[in-house]
Amino acid sequence: MLVDLRILRFDPERDEKPHWDTYSVESGPMDRVLDLLHQVKWEEDGTLTFRRSCAHGVCGSDAMLINGRNRLACKVRVDQLGRRVSVAPLPGMRVIKDLVVDMEPFFDQYKSVKPFLVNEEPEPERERLQSPKERARYDDTTKCILCAACTTACPSFWAQPSFVGPAAIVNAHRFIFDSRDHASEERLEILADEDGVWRCRTIFNCTDACPRGIHITQAILEVSNAVVERRG
Amino acid sequence: MTVPERQVHEFPAVIVGAGGAGLWAALELAREGIDTAVLTKLYPTRSHTGAAQGGICAALGNHEEDHWEWHMFDTVKGGDYLVDQDAAEVLAREAIETVLELEHMGLPFNRTPDGKIDQRRFGGHTRNFGEAPVRRSCFAADRTGHMILQTLYQQCIKFGVRFFDEYHVVDLIIEGGETRGVVAYRIADGEMHVFRSPAVLLATGGFGRMFRITSNAHALTGDGPALAYRHGIPLEDMEFYQFHPTGIVGIGILLSEAARGEGGYLRNDAGERFMEKYAPKLMELGPRDVISRAMYLEVREGRGIGGGDYVHLDLTHLGRAVIEAKLPDITEFARVYQGIEPITQPVPVQPTAHYAMGGIPTDVMARVVIDEKNTALPGLYAAGECACVSVHGANRLGTNSLIDILVFGRRAGRDMARHVRRNGVPDVPADVAEPVRAELEALRTRPVGENPNHIRAELASVMMDECGVFRTGTSLVRAYNVVCDLKDRYRRAQVQDRGRVFNTDLLEARELGYLLDCAEATVMSAMARTESRGGHYREDYPQRDDTEWLQHSLAYRTEGRPEMRYKPVSITHFEPKPRTY
Ligand SMILES: Cc1cc2nc3c(=O)[nH]c(=O)nc-3n(C[C@H](O)[C@H](O)[C@H](O)COP(=O)(O)OP(=O)(O)OC[C@H]3O[C@@H](n4cnc5c(N)ncnc54)[C@H](O)[C@@H]3O)c2cc1C
Ligand code: FES
Repeated sequence: MLVDLRILRFDPERDEKPHWDTYSVESGPMDRVLDLLHQVKWEEDGTLTFRRSCAHGVCGSDAMLINGRNRLACKVRVDQLGRRVSVAPLPGMRVIKDLVVDMEPFFDQYKSVKPFLVNEEPEPERERLQSPKERARYDDTTKCILCAACTTACPSFWAQPSFVGPAAIVNAHRFIFDSRDHASEERLEILADEDGVWRCRTIFNCTDACPRGIHITQAILEVSNAVVERRG
Repeated sequence: MTVPERQVHEFPAVIVGAGGAGLWAALELAREGIDTAVLTKLYPTRSHTGAAQGGICAALGNHEEDHWEWHMFDTVKGGDYLVDQDAAEVLAREAIETVLELEHMGLPFNRTPDGKIDQRRFGGHTRNFGEAPVRRSCFAADRTGHMILQTLYQQCIKFGVRFFDEYHVVDLIIEGGETRGVVAYRIADGEMHVFRSPAVLLATGGFGRMFRITSNAHALTGDGPALAYRHGIPLEDMEFYQFHPTGIVGIGILLSEAARGEGGYLRNDAGERFMEKYAPKLMELGPRDVISRAMYLEVREGRGIGGGDYVHLDLTHLGRAVIEAKLPDITEFARVYQGIEPITQPVPVQPTAHYAMGGIPTDVMARVVIDEKNTALPGLYAAGECACVSVHGANRLGTNSLIDILVFGRRAGRDMARHVRRNGVPDVPADVAEPVRAELEALRTRPVGENPNHIRAELASVMMDECGVFRTGTSLVRAYNVVCDLKDRYRRAQVQDRGRVFNTDLLEARELGYLLDCAEATVMSAMARTESRGGHYREDYPQRDDTEWLQHSLAYRTEGRPEMRYKPVSITHFEPKPRTY
């Protein structure tokens, strides 16, 4: 099927401001948006710039705004979008070139919540024990691939870029509810800050955007409850 | 032209690549208080280690009796006796402490009812030297690699490792017979950076992108091996490339062997479990080379589904609960990329280019060795898929790569720590970045020429068709001629993007050059080896030949044909025997 592919382009070495370019491309039955982008880049216009690596939704490189929603280009089938496809960079981020945005602030927010296991007890000879139930408690939030689709879909983040954002809270959740971790207190303290969980307005955009199907709003609620309980 | 002062960095240790191998090495160095730079062309969490699904093996014995000796034996036999047994011993022994350490770092393994790390079966892993399958693969659902990558990156943040994200390493600095650093191209602005360092680890992953159908990420273009090759370092055992049996038809995305570990069947057009004929004992859990060949033979004899070039992976008898709990990701892949519902429908699969057994030769300390006598090149290390130590020999077992990248990434980090204590930051010539800068400039500004993407597509096709699961002398000669021709055309390739900011057009063309080098070494090594062993199957020489060929290939770059040399295999425990399953 012939598809009208509109792409928001911006080359800082040539353009004053972003502009739309339209390409007419032939899409195969199982083609994904990433396939169309490659077709344009490889056959028509080598200057088209985007990130990608795994091409099957596990590395988090190619989150972008596709027909008005944040998604991974490698995971959206064109036949599910129809004949008109529009692609723009993730909202609320500084654009470096075309679909490539500056990810540094996003990773800084991620790092700010201590996204690593803290357990200073001497390591046992064998594994630390954890029951299947304890393991299941934080299973959902271990799936995050840091693609930034959720954070950049969040109106609270657009309004206040210092908001730590859904992705960072998801990663804090992953440790706060891990029975082996000892730093929940510190993480909850960080998230009790004015740029922490309170900025969430339960709009659910993040949950809709997540390509991994993580119940993000639920995770944020669980963290908010933990913050409240701690204040007791 | 010299690189401005502010773009020259000094580090006691430099690591190229932030997959499992690079990150664990970085962590070892950071814990020793050594200031370490990790250079990576992708953000660390985008590395392809994150795509690994099935598991990581270690003889923990959490469900049933298991021993590292059994693991070692399976590895040696799985590799068709081309495995260096001293290295396999290190792997199998240290696997246990390595997996336990991962758990201590926070990796969320699935658990047994009594809270231990859960384990499942995987192809070629057996109890008591081949008796029956054993539960040795430790896993976190079917996203084990994702959890390994995340956990190691998290620990690197905790220990303050310095990351240079989206720095593309484009050259190694080797002067006076020792390692002095690397040259990198910063993707954001196209500036060259020089990293002076006495110790450099190459951990750049695989090069599956030289084949048309592959499970490998676009970024897996053999940068490390090609750069080493260009500096006169040989590439070892390049003819051994693994084709994984269960790739999604047409696009190669992997459906993990875990699907068969959990009990999935392979069926031909008649609905038969055809592995009965080829590996009666282990059936669908036989080694990958055996299964991929069986699939091709079924197809060739007209028993592909509907006479086509694929077979079925059947999970329907496992039931919704098992499929959704243990194989959620691959179930989703089938749904998204094929529109198939694996709970009720069989999934069409075909072999996909998956894993490089060969690569940069190293010893068991992960030091790069450059000749038949295993002479080390001081300060240069390699670990992970880009290296060949060789624990996988002619064919790798499932779950043995994740453990390989971690065991030897860890050893690399430890040995680098020793090395940098004895060696200061070396001098490098002021214009050291000039040759590679000039190459990149020529490529970026060439006014006319061929589209490099066409060269890449032709390379991938010829490698798949003539140097794939089955090979013959004639097919390899054809492949070699095409590769030479493509190399020639590559010298005249032209990129369209002339910019300096985030020029991926330029970098993809640069990466194509690396793939061509890796392909040249692969085809040449395959042409020379007139026997069949593991992943290298010559229809004109269908037998394994231990008298002539129980040795590792070393391909050296020359101006013309690569030069082939050979070195012996280390055999410490298990004498070669016929390999049946
Ligand atoms: C789909 C799939 C599933 C798999 N499943 C399993 C499994 O279940 N069990 C198992 O044991 N094995 C599995 N494997 C194999 C295993 O995952 C890989 O072999 C292993 O992860 C490779 O790790 P690595 O650290 O060597 O490289 P990678 O993780 O590939 O990392 C390479 C790194 O090098 C960097 N890099 C490359 N070139 C440059 C350059 N020029 N400059 C700067 N940086 C550079 C990249 O940015 C990246 O950070 C699987 C492989 C695939 C493809
Ligand atoms: S390319 Fe990896 S998630 Fe899309």
